Amino acid sequence: MKFLVCISHVPDTTTRITFTADGKALNTAGIQFIINPYDEMALTRALEIKEAQGGTVTVINVGTATTEPTLRKALAIGADDAVRINADPVDALFVAAEIAHYAQNEKFDAILTGRESIDYNSGQVMGMIAELLGIPSVAVATKLDINDGKANLEREIDGGKELVTVSIPFAASAQKDFAEPRIPNMRGIMSARTKPLKVIEPASAFKPVLSVSYQNPPAKTACKMIDPAHPEELVNLLHNEAKVI
Amino acid sequence: MTVLVFAENWEGKFKKPALEALTYGAELAQKTGGAMCAVVAGNNVPAEEIKKLANYGCSKALYINHPSLATFSAMLFTGVIGEAAKKENASCIVFSNTYSGKSIAPRLAAKLKAGLVAGAVALPSSIEPFVVKKKCFSGKGFTDVQVTSGIKIISLSPNAHHIFAEGATNAADFKIEEFSPAMPASDTTVSEVKKTTGKVVLTEAEIVVSGGRGLKGPENWGIIETLADTLGAATACSKPVADMGWRPHHEHVGQTGITISPNLYIAIGISGAIQHLAGVSSSKVIVAINTDKEAPFFQVADYGIVGDAFEVVPKLTESIKKFKSAH
Repeated sequence: MKFLVCISHVPDTTTRITFTADGKALNTAGIQFIINPYDEMALTRALEIKEAQGGTVTVINVGTATTEPTLRKALAIGADDAVRINADPVDALFVAAEIAHYAQNEKFDAILTGRESIDYNSGQVMGMIAELLGIPSVAVATKLDINDGKANLEREIDGGKELVTVSIPFAASAQKDFAEPRIPNMRGIMSARTKPLKVIEPASAFKPVLSVSYQNPPAKTACKMIDPAHPEELVNLLHNEAKVI
Repeated sequence: MTVLVFAENWEGKFKKPALEALTYGAELAQKTGGAMCAVVAGNNVPAEEIKKLANYGCSKALYINHPSLATFSAMLFTGVIGEAAKKENASCIVFSNTYSGKSIAPRLAAKLKAGLVAGAVALPSSIEPFVVKKKCFSGKGFTDVQVTSGIKIISLSPNAHHIFAEGATNAADFKIEEFSPAMPASDTTVSEVKKTTGKVVLTEAEIVVSGGRGLKGPENWGIIETLADTLGAATACSKPVADMGWRPHHEHVGQTGITISPNLYIAIGISGAIQHLAGVSSSKVIVAINTDKEAPFFQVADYGIVGDAFEVVPKLTESIKKFKSAH
């Protein structure tokens, strides 16, 4: 199996998010960036299948040079090689078109992403790549197995799960339970330094969507404290004031 | 602008997220002086169900009826909705950001070369330029997104928009139009559907009762379940609880778990780590119950009780039972 795993470079999950004074960008000062956690699950499952059945795992990121440590981390976890498309990933369709353009000539069997990046939470890129390449897509998948030249997946649906089979090549996005992420070992970290990381210039400039401003959520009004001896007061407030019961 | 809304049906019925998307589409059409058309895709959806869509502001429902649409394929649904969009000359297409919306909207965006706003939380703040607000950074922020393509696609966050009261709008000239676009073979074989039965589904629940490490062990979950049953709520848990195996992983809400936005979220014995808050911060009302008055949850909660869960929760359940029998 020849895997392509798409890697987003995102702020660490513990980051306190703030924006620049003009509200036009993320305040990146002091932020540590990581591999998007869902992408890491996709990467780990690709490596597990490669180890069991043979194949290769390539990781790809659309980003500026600042994302290279994140790609090196993916190589340390076990990816064979990395590709960086040298552009600011401002729009999902732009990112997907760049990845699809690269993938077109490389004949990948499986293109995997996380179910969404934890920065823009859009979950768009996988489906867009699949449409551009004309291959099946399974979004928000919790399991992936490759048997007899077919991909068997479990995906979340409203109120349950569904088991589906698609032909290869295909694309899928990983939800929790897809795989348990791995911590890179010393050998992995050492070998990552010398694994190939190819930089490619973008092929298109079509960007139909742009974030023009950002805000933090409005500050919550102070929490109303209720006497633990009188929880009926809480019931009263939830009914009469909050109107949620 | 002509607005096309994908009215997703679940086994022939239209659920809350679909009605939110329809109401949103109707209001967007009104705001821009255009018409709203619903598109229904399925196999033998009852006509009396489709007729109900008239209550949500659309003048027409395009109905695509085909046995291949009985099971889901992202490619197939994208294809037929794309054909419907072309037929209606739609300039804006609205989905609910459910699993189906998440599967179809990105493919359709690529197919139509359209900009997509996934997880929108409000009507466009401006039409020229077209700007829509969406959630970002897992509930830690919002961003205003400008869409410059001719066709725009919006995938609306569930629970973010109101629903017309049934009968509030009633297009007298509502009609159902059967539409039969070309139907390629499905690329996805569904071998099994595993329904979560008997319990309230977490992602759809109006009320969620959630427990954390403060419960001290899986044997103590009875008080959480009793409170949830009394409220007709779903149960959830924090990440450490799922990691220790006290509760199944599918109950884990938080940044790397499930993201929920119920009307009421009751957090019991959960301190409120930033990753947990990311998964629940779009809940309308938050109640925190914790022994530690410094717990970060009290900074984001609307109501708080500082106290021992083992004493407070059973009392709260009793109060709710009394309330329920009186109302």
